[in-house]
Amino acid sequence: MSDVYIIGAGIHPFGRTDHRSGRDQGVYAVRQALDDAGLEWSDIECAYGGSASSGAADIMVNELGLTGVPFINVANGCATGGSSLASAQYAVGSGAYDLALATGFDKHDRGAFNADPKSYGLPEWYGQTGMMLTTQFFALKIQRYMQLHGISRRTLGLVAEKAFRNGAKTDHAWRRSEVDLDTILNAPMINDPLTKYMFCSPAEGGVALILASEKKMRELGADGVKIANIAVRTRPPNSFEVFQPAISVEEGGKPTVLASKAAFEGAGIGPEDVDVAQLQDTESGAEIMHMAENGFCKDGDQEQWLAEGRTEITGKLPVNTDGGCLACGEPIGASGLRQIYENVQQLRGRGGARQVPGNPKVGYSHVYGAPGLAAVAILQR
Amino acid sequence: MSVLTPIAEDLWTNEAEPRLIGGKLSSGKIVFPMPAGDAAADVEPWPLSRKGTLWSFTRQDFRPKAPYEGPGESQHDFVPYLLGYVEIPGEVIVESLIVDAKLEDLKLGMPMELTIVPFNNQHTTFAFRPERAA
Repeated sequence: MSDVYIIGAGIHPFGRTDHRSGRDQGVYAVRQALDDAGLEWSDIECAYGGSASSGAADIMVNELGLTGVPFINVANGCATGGSSLASAQYAVGSGAYDLALATGFDKHDRGAFNADPKSYGLPEWYGQTGMMLTTQFFALKIQRYMQLHGISRRTLGLVAEKAFRNGAKTDHAWRRSEVDLDTILNAPMINDPLTKYMFCSPAEGGVALILASEKKMRELGADGVKIANIAVRTRPPNSFEVFQPAISVEEGGKPTVLASKAAFEGAGIGPEDVDVAQLQDTESGAEIMHMAENGFCKDGDQEQWLAEGRTEITGKLPVNTDGGCLACGEPIGASGLRQIYENVQQLRGRGGARQVPGNPKVGYSHVYGAPGLAAVAILQR
Repeated sequence: MSVLTPIAEDLWTNEAEPRLIGGKLSSGKIVFPMPAGDAAADVEPWPLSRKGTLWSFTRQDFRPKAPYEGPGESQHDFVPYLLGYVEIPGEVIVESLIVDAKLEDLKLGMPMELTIVPFNNQHTTFAFRPERAA
């Protein structure tokens, strides 16, 4: 497969935009991405996109123009964005097309997601008795992890404090005010040990990326960032995931570990080569556990990493430079592509107040979601 | 007084000391709950041991949205509840409500035992509680 570049990136600010539908936020992002790449909608040769709650993406042609473009709807839960990007990469990398669009958008109701047991192949009693909540899964996973690996509550708080500090510097973030550590730690509990400031909220937003072949990028004189590798993986046997009435007594693998290893192998680099990382931070504990699952540190080392500020924008490995899901919220269809957008901005040196110093060359992004799937994308300058 | 019925049929055995009904796959692996429909082919119903150890735990501090059917009607009369995973040694790790304990009592690895408890004004459900000294 030949090299594929991201030559245009657009985003509709995350958060709440009452007057604009989810899909219209997607259209907004597509127009911005086209402007960024110096292209017209009629230049786009194929498109992939989707949402979890805001309907089909191909209807965007009503607003963008009836150019006859093949537009594939992607519905892959939390990996919708990652799967759209992977599909667009294959389309261009195979040589079938020179210019492709990957887009994702969403608009969710306020409050925690309520899941329907049947749609996950689970019995009704699991939902009726109050055990089918995503927040509980993350609390149960980090509770055990903290006790086994010596992670403190304070460290959970430091992750959230960093997220809001970075979000305050980010135009597209939802939460634009810093929150101090004491407020985070003493806020109402959602699921012990996680307080309300340690969880991200369902939100709204849209992202669009324009992909090009190397030939097309040169022809356009575009400012491109190379997709070094994308890996999407579903869960292996005996893993511990969202929505499981029971887990195997045998310890199994993790989809994040599999996706991360595959992406590093495919890119021919290792965790030590990464200059900036966007890791799934559904809650503070997820960012901590995903630092280890993605190979950046050993289990338990996060306690020292956070204490030393190693994941700050000015640290050794800046993590979630735009505030991540904690500061941006999580519109499912757009969230994974927001991470890519942020890495594109960072590698192009367009991060503004949140720019990682020293001209970062390698950007890593990781998304995780129900029912146990992970997508990793590595970008290179 | 109305009689409470189980939240689901065949979730636990009807005996003096009820056991959760899991399934034994042809590979020997134990799963919970017992699969239904086509997935139940070649799966042998397997009553699980009543005792295990606490694998992880948390407390639910806000009232879940539907399909939750717990007692009360709104956030105002909602009482936070405990839940966690209990490892049944050599069998499977089961997610369960936890009763007869406070959050600060719970520790990884502590012995737990199954009990059947009233859930709402219609149903009973299964839960684990810290094992009581004999």
